[in-house]
Amino acid sequence: MSQSFDEISAQLRRRHRKSARLKWVSMGALGLAGLFLVLFFADMLVKGLPAFQQAQIQVEVDYSEQASQLPLAAVQEDVRPLVSRGYLRLIPGRMEDNPDLLGTTRMEWVLADGQVDQYLKGHHSKLSGSEQTVVERLVDQGRAELRFNTTFFTSGDSKMPELAGIAAAAMGTVLTLLVTLAVSFPIGVMTAVYLEEFAPDNRVTQLIEININNLAAIPSILFGLLGLAIFINFFGVPRSSPVVGGLTLALMTLPVIIIATRTALRSVPDSIRHAAFGVGCSRWQVVRDHVLPLAMPGIMTGSIIGLAQAMGETAPLIIVGMVAFIPDVGATFTEAATVLPAQIFTWAGEPDRAFIEKTSGGILVLLTVLITLNATAVVLRKKFERRW
Amino acid sequence: MTGHSAGEPVTRNAEAHHQLSIRVRDLNLWYGDTQALKNINLDVYQKNVTALIGPSGCGKSTFLRCLNRMNDLIPGVRLEGLVEMDGRDVNEAKMDEVALRRRVGMVFQKPNPFPKSIYENVAYAPRMHDLVSRKTDADELVERALRDAGLWEEVKDKLHQPGTSLSGGQQQRLCIARAIAVQPDVILMDEPTSALDPISTATIEDLMDKLKRQFTIITVTHNMQQAARVADYTAFFHLGEVVEYNDTQTMFSNPATKKAEDYITGRYG
Repeated sequence: MSQSFDEISAQLRRRHRKSARLKWVSMGALGLAGLFLVLFFADMLVKGLPAFQQAQIQVEVDYSEQASQLPLAAVQEDVRPLVSRGYLRLIPGRMEDNPDLLGTTRMEWVLADGQVDQYLKGHHSKLSGSEQTVVERLVDQGRAELRFNTTFFTSGDSKMPELAGIAAAAMGTVLTLLVTLAVSFPIGVMTAVYLEEFAPDNRVTQLIEININNLAAIPSILFGLLGLAIFINFFGVPRSSPVVGGLTLALMTLPVIIIATRTALRSVPDSIRHAAFGVGCSRWQVVRDHVLPLAMPGIMTGSIIGLAQAMGETAPLIIVGMVAFIPDVGATFTEAATVLPAQIFTWAGEPDRAFIEKTSGGILVLLTVLITLNATAVVLRKKFERRW
Repeated sequence: MTGHSAGEPVTRNAEAHHQLSIRVRDLNLWYGDTQALKNINLDVYQKNVTALIGPSGCGKSTFLRCLNRMNDLIPGVRLEGLVEMDGRDVNEAKMDEVALRRRVGMVFQKPNPFPKSIYENVAYAPRMHDLVSRKTDADELVERALRDAGLWEEVKDKLHQPGTSLSGGQQQRLCIARAIAVQPDVILMDEPTSALDPISTATIEDLMDKLKRQFTIITVTHNMQQAARVADYTAFFHLGEVVEYNDTQTMFSNPATKKAEDYITGRYG
């Protein structure tokens, strides 16, 4: 006599309970991860968004003979401590460039000191009581407000928070990644093509394969040490430069690109290779005309992800000296430069409170670029995905 | 006319117009330690259809791939013996496998057009082998190859659509057009209709009948009726040996060996 439905159901109840429990646990884990992500983003946005605004005040600027010698004299004494030192310093230069200014007095919106900025944003500031009164007066008169912070996007690092920007670091990142891409993409792709399409399957290639896979798991700081030892000490590449940073990151990106390319090549069906060999293609023609074009979307996706990883990398760049203080935008490949994550790292160590928002602002910029890159990779993959 | 048993050279008493295309002598092939082909002796005649039949795993596809050295692509393959074409051993060191494959084309079991346009599928190989230089020449050649493959009327208005957009039977004829575009001497077909419906199969069989006026065709088939319909000569493979090689009519009406008779009458397979 077989079991009735009721009997079987009774036994099944325990199994169903178990799977329900597992489902809840995994959903809980997902929820927790989501919560952390939301918290992180919210915190970054709250702390970082103010960095995109900067206080400016409207003051009378007196382009007198005296001001060309002593810039402080250009503004009235009561607002003098409220104006950015960096702005005042530029006055003599501007008068030289534009002699018409001499002897005139104009009302101008000028960059305020970082402390005014912090005060207006409601943070703790070092302004004295009387200075605070002046700021309040200016606000009442509509002569002090928070405006969009172009300085943040157009200038390099500075010890004065109101003048500090990410432009130099962004430029350094672009140059560094150009070097990384130029080195790791061709070498990585050709290595993968050789291993996948040409190399015999023997001990040597297996050993190389294992080592490439291991390379992908090496802590990135070791690549920095390698870069320091080989590129700087042995080959004499200038330290702190985008060239040495790019080469170091290329070492790190290589295994990622090789592995992605091999996977992409392997996903091209053999029937295509056979067809190409069948019409008399040489091995290289098979690869160049048929296999590589089909594998390209996968290779691109992998390379973009590898580059995005390299872009967020800080540790190896610290070792090769790319945490430099770079006030000027417009670096070259061989001059000292810094990169976005290194800039964030530098700012995070600044004692001035105003740099907290710079740090978060820099993180927001970096995250935006990274998310854009990864989204591009996903879109590429979806767009060119091919079913066989 | 006598059938032959394994080991002896097989020489069909060829009629005068049946000239030798490929001569195979004492061919042995191993995959690692497993011997897949044993002492194959076979003469393939020009402008005929030769069918290779036999149960699965009997070595007929392996043999076919010896003729254009596609086995070179498989690691661990070892080969002994002579495969002679045009007075040359195709396996000799001086022989360039690219030159060989230019003269010995291949059509595969599953239609495998390049993921390019119909036009590019046909024009690619002639262009690669420098058979055409001008665009008009290429256009002409593509049309001729597609006409010969019986596909022109169906695709002439959509030459620049992807080859993979065609139906299975059309794709296989596109693959045939691709193979004949370089004007080979021999076309190898590895079960060319096994992935197709009966109507597409019939079309391809008719096509083989037409193509043999220009080309030597060697086809592997699992379908005995197909061999009987299209082939002039039939070789029966069993366990890596050629058990019997005969003209098709004799093979199917009066096989010389018991094994071939059993297979043809469906006693095993």
